Parts: sequence; C-alpha cells; structure tokens
Amino acid sequence: MANDTEIKFLTPIKLETQRKKYCRFKKSGIKYIDYKDADFLLKFVNEQGKILPARITGTSRKYQRKVAQAVKRARHLALMPYVADLLK
Amino acid sequence: MIKQYETVFIMTPVLSEEQIKETVGKYQALLKEGGAEIVDENKWGMRKLAYPIQKKTSGYYYLIEFKAEGSLIAKLETAYKRDERLLRFLTVSLDKYAIAYNEKKRNGGLKSQQKAAEKKEMKEEVKQEVKTEE
Repeated sequence: MANDTEIKFLTPIKLETQRKKYCRFKKSGIKYIDYKDADFLLKFVNEQGKILPARITGTSRKYQRKVAQAVKRARHLALMPYVADLLK
Repeated sequence: MIKQYETVFIMTPVLSEEQIKETVGKYQALLKEGGAEIVDENKWGMRKLAYPIQKKTSGYYYLIEFKAEGSLIAKLETAYKRDERLLRFLTVSLDKYAIAYNEKKRNGGLKSQQKAAEKKEMKEEVKQEVKTEE
C-alpha cells in the first residue's frame, strides 16, 4: 500500500513565496524625492501615466505623499505626461 | 523669513539665443533687485515636452535656485504670468532635505545615489532569495 507521504519529487517543487513589500525610501534612506528626475518617477506610474497605489509599490504613507507630489510637479513641467498610452 | 526656493520656467522654442539670454537676464535682475541671493543656476536647454503646450512640442528649460523673502515670490510669479515668452513655470520652496540633495547634486556624485541605493536593494533581494532557497 502506497502511502501519500511517501511520494517524493525528483526536484523540489518551487512554491511561489511572496516576498514582503517594503518602502524603498525608508530602506535606502532617501529623504527627498526629486520631481526633476522623471526616469526615477516612472517607476511609480503605470503605463497610462497614473500614480500607482502604495499597496502595490509598498511605499510608506509618508513617502507616498511625496511621490505623488513629485509626480504632479513633473507633470506640470511637461517632464511626464498627464495621460499616456504605452508609457513603458 | 528667508527661505530657499527653486524655480523652473519653460520658454517658447521660437526665441533666438539673444532673446533667451534677455529673458533669463530679466528674471535674474528681478530676483537681485528683490534682495535674493542666487545659489545656483542650471540651463537644461531645449527639451521635448511630454505633451504639447500652446501647440509647441519643445521648450527651453531654465532653473534658478535662490534664497529670498517669501514676499518676493508673488512678484516673481506675476512677472511670469505677464510674460508671453514663457510656456510654464514652477516655484517650490525647498526643505532641508531638498537643500542637501541639491548641494550633493551640485558637487557631483549624486546622480548615482538613487541608483546605488537600488543596486544595494537588488543585492539584498538576491541574498534573501538565496536564503529562502536554502
């Protein structure tokens, strides 16, 4: 009688372990988010140029506010688009 | 109270070199007259705009960082509004972190700060992965 516990895999199955999200600003000690650095801010918007929620990026509340402020300033200066298609 | 500010304005691309100089000079003079101390200036030059403004697709960017009284800002912005040569402008007050950031950037070596931080992150992530695999 084969026991269920006896089943062995040749290669261990890789389980998708969800890595814990963290605030990149807190971790690397960035205190000021520059609105002039559009390439950097591009990480916090989706393909349409919308600001990504903190629940996806893992940014803390404090820095999410600063990110949003910086993105809005960059948009005003036409460094980033207000609306876009296929930004990435 | 004297605070540090940073102002960026975008001039229309139709201006000649001389007109650009003249426009920039006008604002420098205005700031100096108002008792401001110019800390830094940066000419970004002609750049493509992310979206058209007044049917223009490019603009000439110029940045001035200065220390001044808060009352000067209103004067500066009214001058901006009256100027037809400008497409856009933005004035922000800088907090202590921003001042430190700009100083670092000026002295070089900052460009890589955020990138270096990211690299560090990446490395740590890799380490974590290795750990989980073990």
